[in-house]
Amino acid sequence: MFSRAYRTTITVPPLLWVAVFLLVPYLLMFCYSFWSVSDSGTIMHSWNLDNYKELLAKPVYWQTLLRSMWIAARVMFFSMLLGYPLAYFLSFHAGGRKDLYYQLVIIPLWVSYLVRAYAWKTILGTDGVLNTLLQYVHLTSHPLDFLLYSPFAVVLTLTHIYTPFTFLPIYASLEHIPRNLVEASHDLGATPAQTFWRVIFPLSIPGVLAGATFAFVLSLGDFLAPLLLGGPSGIMISNIVVSLFGAAYNWPLGAAISLCMLALVLALLFFSERLEKKWSFS
Amino acid sequence: MMATTIQSDTVSLLSIRSVAKHFGKNIVLRDISLEIAEGEFLTILGESGSGKTTLLRILAGFEQSTSGEVWMQGERLDTQPPYRRRVNTVFQHYALFPHMTVEQNVGYGLAIAKRPAAEIESRVAEALAKVKMSAYAKSKPPKISGGQQQRIALARALVNRPRLLLLDEPLSALDANLRRQMQVELKALQREVGITFIFVTHDQEEAMVMSDRIALLRSGELEQVASPREIYNRPATSYTAQFIGHTNLLHADIRHGMATCGALRWPTSLPDGKALFSLRPECIRPATAAPAANDAMVRFQARLRDQAFHGATDLLRVESDGGLILTIRTASRDLPDRLLEFEFSAGDAIPVRATSLGSNSTSEDRA
Amino acid sequence: MEFLVSASTPMKSSRWLTAHALAVFAFLYLPIAILILYSFNGQGVGGFPPRNLTLNWYRILFNDAPIWDSVLNSLIVAAAAMVIALLFGIPAALALDRAQFPGKALFRRLVLLPLILPGIITGLSLLMLFRVAEVRLSLLTIVLGHGTALISVATTEVFAGLQKLNRAQEEASLDLGANYWQTFWRITVPNLKLSIIGAALLIFTLSMDEIAVSFFLIGRDNTLPLEIWGRLRRGITPEINAISTIIFMFSLIAIVFWYRLRTRAQVTPEIGAELVETSQTDSQLSS
Repeated sequence: MFSRAYRTTITVPPLLWVAVFLLVPYLLMFCYSFWSVSDSGTIMHSWNLDNYKELLAKPVYWQTLLRSMWIAARVMFFSMLLGYPLAYFLSFHAGGRKDLYYQLVIIPLWVSYLVRAYAWKTILGTDGVLNTLLQYVHLTSHPLDFLLYSPFAVVLTLTHIYTPFTFLPIYASLEHIPRNLVEASHDLGATPAQTFWRVIFPLSIPGVLAGATFAFVLSLGDFLAPLLLGGPSGIMISNIVVSLFGAAYNWPLGAAISLCMLALVLALLFFSERLEKKWSFS
Repeated sequence: MMATTIQSDTVSLLSIRSVAKHFGKNIVLRDISLEIAEGEFLTILGESGSGKTTLLRILAGFEQSTSGEVWMQGERLDTQPPYRRRVNTVFQHYALFPHMTVEQNVGYGLAIAKRPAAEIESRVAEALAKVKMSAYAKSKPPKISGGQQQRIALARALVNRPRLLLLDEPLSALDANLRRQMQVELKALQREVGITFIFVTHDQEEAMVMSDRIALLRSGELEQVASPREIYNRPATSYTAQFIGHTNLLHADIRHGMATCGALRWPTSLPDGKALFSLRPECIRPATAAPAANDAMVRFQARLRDQAFHGATDLLRVESDGGLILTIRTASRDLPDRLLEFEFSAGDAIPVRATSLGSNSTSEDRA
Repeated sequence: MEFLVSASTPMKSSRWLTAHALAVFAFLYLPIAILILYSFNGQGVGGFPPRNLTLNWYRILFNDAPIWDSVLNSLIVAAAAMVIALLFGIPAALALDRAQFPGKALFRRLVLLPLILPGIITGLSLLMLFRVAEVRLSLLTIVLGHGTALISVATTEVFAGLQKLNRAQEEASLDLGANYWQTFWRITVPNLKLSIIGAALLIFTLSMDEIAVSFFLIGRDNTLPLEIWGRLRRGITPEINAISTIIFMFSLIAIVFWYRLRTRAQVTPEIGAELVETSQTDSQLSS
């Protein structure tokens, strides 16, 4: 129904923009990862695999990557633990107050990432709200110093930030389940618990996958929460990249790590998408 | 309240006792009492908003009645959650589980009941064969047609051998031909398995074709409960007469055993006063050349207003002296456009109680 | 689900779920509440209980010129990024909906990628582009970065709107003699109004808050999040609580504004919901 001119007008400008500002930069990142940097700090455009060899040779890189994945996995798990039952409650038990509760979950999404990370810093610090509260009510005599500057603080903060993100796709998938399926299951003798595990949960899997991937990928690449709250033991892979692009001034090595991260993320997205397709029925 | 007693030689399976349902201030059902016999095919017929689906959902356990009780064979049913009732439902939009195969759908109730795998397998196969869907055992529901989903929904319910099967407008989403075919099949299947069916529909023709008895529901109350023939031939109210089939309603004055409505006069046994009669269009016919055989034959003259060809029959609209408009169904033929003479048997004018028809339908709609 | 009332176990599980929901809401809101509370605390950021409630921090904040410079910068960046994202995101949504061209699948994935990728990758790849192109880092590079990353938001929101748009309306317009340009402005845009406003609001807010991409593209002038970030590294004062509280209030106003718009229009799209639903996989866009 749309003319050629119309289709060209809507297609070409975004296509060009995306090519220049997304495709070319990714390709550049790819190129950089095969270049090297001279002692004087200039980029040597000679193609080699040295950066990747160094990544494999030095344990600090893959150890940090594993630690980042472990932190991201915990964030994913806890976001799910908080988000899924909440979404289920809203979708099936909240009755008329559903919309209000939904808005209440959304609002924290609008609060700045930085502000929320900062809020946790003021809560968890040695002289922070939590420690002074615990001493005020005489539960502890000394400040608990493991609260801040630890992987715990990073996991807690990222869970706080990504729980609403996890909630949204789960809630959407639960809302899409026709209610007569639940009735049919009860009608055929299944108790509410059996109905949940045999009908509701399987049909919500696409939402679970989307939410889980979201929480995992975004946590994996985070570098601000670790800088603010992580301390030395909470360093994540992106922090290394940041220092390589900054003080250490080794862009090619940084690009190689970024590219590995990108590959990992794309692989995850690919598999999660495949799984989602398998579990979506419409 | 209409008489809802059933013949004494049948056994009552389900007993609905003064069931009412309010949604806030909105009264959806008021004081419904009904006995349903073992093996019966009962249709709950009504317009949309009459409360028929709510009544069915109360029986299935998806809604709680506001007051009243439901008993099944000496056991209180309405206090039980749906999953403990030996009642199964065929849903309007089938409600097949999209993530399970046809086989898994049909076997769901048996798996929940923890039947042995071999038994599940054979009963599922048998149920699928009964609805002629064996070839689709491994398919997923979204991939098959509406009519096929319908059959699977039926198999999924029947395989559990419920005491009572509830069907919520199961044929409404099918096209006309398939629908007629399924009506016949469903009726035959019910005879074969001997399970009591409660069938909800808004389609009076469907109700007449399939049911042993029809319970006509109107604005949350039972208007009449009777066999299709009785409800058609002897409608108790003007609503029933108009909703089921098509009729002429005659507002008559009665004096000394004679009813008068416009130019029409016929003998009746009713006492003096005003009364409403239902006269089916097919009970009126063009008068024969010979004079009326007896007093019970009523003759009148009327002018043809319009004539609609319906294949085997024609539907005439005539205006008699005094402006009374009547609808008449006759064998198809050409009629001259002049004053004609018609006749009907006085016994075909059935006295009915006056109840108004729902606002969204008139007798004209049902020609 | 009324029938659940009849059984005893679901009641218990429902109570358990209610308690869980309350706990999650407490977890989500407690830090925000504490943040706001301590913006009025005379004794600094930590310390329980809060003492000497004061508006002092707000007074200091209002006299803090660098903060307000950065606020102005952020507003400029957000407005410019919004224009870029809409200018390219709306046609992108239209193209995905109604044009076929080679590389469409790749295009779709590329457009949506910044939404799900960690900001560091988008930021770094653009940094390399600007380095190679010898563009000096400034607010302009941040605008280009935000604009590019947030095209994905405009595209997802508008695409969701297009899915709900009845194509027959546009056909009727063409049938009645309007050309494509007239049809676009008289039929397509009015139908997408809510999606576009929603996208604009979301892009503006996300840009105001963005830090991961800006972090790498920053020149001499700070945006607000980067200004706050710089101060956080030096040490924390309730002044930051005060500015955070003000940002929060503005976010709330934006939400209320959007909510009223939405309820008046009686349409269901939930701001950001399509975003999260479709950002993960673009299955909705691929059908």
